[in-house]
Amino acid sequence: MSSVSDTQFFTVGEPLVDTKAPAVPVNLMWDERRFQAKLVNPTNRRKRSVIIVGTGLAGGAAAATLGEAGYHVKNFCYQDSPRRAHSIAAQGGINAAKNYRNDGDSVHRLFYDTVKGGDYRSRESNVYRLSQVSVEIIDQCVAQGVPFAREYGGLLDNRSFGGVQVSRTFYARGQTGQQLLLGAYQALERQIGAGSVEMYTRHEMLDLIIVEGRARGIVVRDMVSGEIETHMADVVVLGTGGYGNVFFLSTNAMGCNVTATWRAHRKGAYFGNPCYTQIHPTCIPVSGEYQSKLTLMSESLRNDGRIWVPKEAGDNRDARQIPEDERDYYLERRYPAFGNLVPRDVASRAAKQVCDEGRGVGPGGRGVYLDFAEAITRLGRKAVEAKYGNLFEMYAQITGEDPYVTPMRIYPAVHYTMGGLWVDYDLESTIPGLFVIGEANFSDHGANRLGASALMQGLSDGYFVLPSTIANYLADAPFEAADASHPAAVEVTDAVRERVQRLLAINGTRTVDSFHKELGQIMWEYCGMERTAEGLTKAIGLIRALREEFWTNVRVTGTNEELNQTLERAGRVADFFELGELMCIDALHREESCGGHFRAEHQTPDGEALRDDENFAYVAAWEFGGDGGSPVLHKEDLIYEAIEMKQRSYK
Amino acid sequence: MNITLRVWRQRNSDDTGQMQTYQVTDVSPDMSFLEMLDVLNENLTISGEDPIAFDSDCREGICGMCGLVINGLAHGPKERVTTCQLHMRSFSDGDVIDVEPWRAEPFTVIKDLIVDRGAFDRIIQAGGFITAPTGTAPDAHAVPVPKLDADAAFDAATCIGCGACVAACPNGSASLFVAAKVTHLGLLPQGQPERHSRALDMVAQADLEGFGGCTQIGECTAACPKGIQLDLISRLNRDVLGALAHRG
Repeated sequence: MSSVSDTQFFTVGEPLVDTKAPAVPVNLMWDERRFQAKLVNPTNRRKRSVIIVGTGLAGGAAAATLGEAGYHVKNFCYQDSPRRAHSIAAQGGINAAKNYRNDGDSVHRLFYDTVKGGDYRSRESNVYRLSQVSVEIIDQCVAQGVPFAREYGGLLDNRSFGGVQVSRTFYARGQTGQQLLLGAYQALERQIGAGSVEMYTRHEMLDLIIVEGRARGIVVRDMVSGEIETHMADVVVLGTGGYGNVFFLSTNAMGCNVTATWRAHRKGAYFGNPCYTQIHPTCIPVSGEYQSKLTLMSESLRNDGRIWVPKEAGDNRDARQIPEDERDYYLERRYPAFGNLVPRDVASRAAKQVCDEGRGVGPGGRGVYLDFAEAITRLGRKAVEAKYGNLFEMYAQITGEDPYVTPMRIYPAVHYTMGGLWVDYDLESTIPGLFVIGEANFSDHGANRLGASALMQGLSDGYFVLPSTIANYLADAPFEAADASHPAAVEVTDAVRERVQRLLAINGTRTVDSFHKELGQIMWEYCGMERTAEGLTKAIGLIRALREEFWTNVRVTGTNEELNQTLERAGRVADFFELGELMCIDALHREESCGGHFRAEHQTPDGEALRDDENFAYVAAWEFGGDGGSPVLHKEDLIYEAIEMKQRSYK
Repeated sequence: MNITLRVWRQRNSDDTGQMQTYQVTDVSPDMSFLEMLDVLNENLTISGEDPIAFDSDCREGICGMCGLVINGLAHGPKERVTTCQLHMRSFSDGDVIDVEPWRAEPFTVIKDLIVDRGAFDRIIQAGGFITAPTGTAPDAHAVPVPKLDADAAFDAATCIGCGACVAACPNGSASLFVAAKVTHLGLLPQGQPERHSRALDMVAQADLEGFGGCTQIGECTAACPKGIQLDLISRLNRDVLGALAHRG
């Protein structure tokens, strides 16, 4: 199917097939899979141990649910409490095909919107299941006491999000992620109290242990004492989130990192579609070199805010002084059907284009207006405040400007990574016994994620999908006896200690952050919103050189045997170098534009993404090629049976 | 602007710790307080000194990980913000700023400005939940919730568990934290079956952890970045009394 062949950067290996999805129509698959799946008798569950890394919506929900089911769960997070996982920062909402609005929504429509929104680069079977399960998630969360927004009749309220024409998004003001995570966290704490989940906070996973071909344990560092510990179990689950911090500046939390999934990748788990990153259109622009992170303004703002720039380049007048007819509401102009609610990739690229034309606003000209004047006139300030109050407040805190008076300035920023470890229908990676859930896997969003779908996927995987599929795996246990003294465990643990010592011994002249920032700039410049073969090739060379300098010139102060934040960051940045290179290779090999991956060489005459379904309708699953070796590309062909592939249009 | 910082340095929980003075130059008013500390840490690292350890993660005021006592005030001088949302435009050139960790007996200092807040998790374990095992839920519309109750529950549920209320309280009380959760869940129909045990068990755990009692001073509310209101503690007290009466 594909014309891609070996290059200087990679080799092509055997195709990859998902063997777990049953051969029935997509709407029957999940029922069929659950029926086929082996079960674990309740009395046997407590003899089966499960390691879960991460406590976000996916990891936390999975740990709580498997604890309730009676398994012996060990759960790990790098923060001081499971409640701090970065799912907490999600603002806008969670989709579900409830059709409470009676506006024509259905499981099939949510499925269709998600596949289309992903630019036909996601797997039909997984997305259909996600849409089915979405309905149960809302029920579950309400039962836990998640305080979703309600109407005066006492029923749940909904709103609309980018890329769709129905109102299916459930929300809790601008803090939906927080409320959903606290629901999962409380369920998790209940299990910790009950003794079914052992919680390890301030513990960071540094490697994966494989015994006889199965994932059986992890090596972690106790971030307070520095002790390197070995933990073993029957199965390992990674719910460790995305890798947006490879760009240094992103909307991710400071601690978000790729180490858990990258270390698993080095041990044999294929990495799916690493170049698919989501650049979110509505973030607060960068203000200076000291900037440590970027803050998102929820996409829900696009329901009432209107995006514009001056028609003339270099128009420096105050926004309020620019008359209506000298403003360009470019999204409404270019995409009359969806207007300001076009999907994120489309909105981001459009913002970049108008700024490239010199029509950007604010310091440095990298910004566009998000204007609420019309909404305030139409709805009144009070109604706008009720809907978006906390977001307006957050914006005012950061910028010192009042968005009720002057329009917000926004610019795209790295937000979410659709790529991640490759998993089959059961969410199992290419390493038997290593399951990957939530943002950490690649499975549901294709080349672009629709708004309010990340929370849906995290909870779908954690509450409902993994607990069913992992039982099928655990039904075959017990596996070979393996504790921390097993030679395979000792070998990995020793290697982790050695790597830590190696980082501490370099004692060079540059800080970890200075390397991370430079890597981030390379990634943003060449592997960001617009990519070219020339730029990506250059980036690969730059990253390799920088990585080499890192390993000879980084300064990591202190020792291992203490709380050492510099050491924590150094380990993460070291892995980001390797990931960054693979992202560029993936972006370079994908000679098409799709979703968040925009190759300047492949666009329609009016600047839209130009897919190449003939040659690239596949998942690129990368196998680690060894240090200094080339990664190996395995293709999983994407076959669409329930949905016809079309050019995506939001006009 | 140029700033003088006096920062609490403590190698680990066994160390006694002391204040140490640092100069930070060329501070931009648009920097966040934590970004200012990042800059200082970069300089300390280059000069071979141990950077200052402090907690932060989301840096957008929602994860609850950060928390510093700045000039004696939990989360600093600006109302209704976390430390990470505090910007240097709240300070002036030449200011001397004291930076300390949360001070409360149950919050042991781990290193420098980092404390152990595990006690909060254990309070939630004691009863800060609704028992609703996965898969058992009825349809979300089965039980309507009056909008005003849902909104009030949401307001209480916005607590981020940062611990500023405890740090600000002269008694080191966790009452506002407990009250926020008891109110959030107790206002919802789903939360009624466990309403009594929840209030009693969470309060008992807070006592066990060594948090002080509440004498309605109100420093907690003043320091709370999410504006959790003091009257929630009255509601907590009513729930506890009701539960005790019910228990007999």
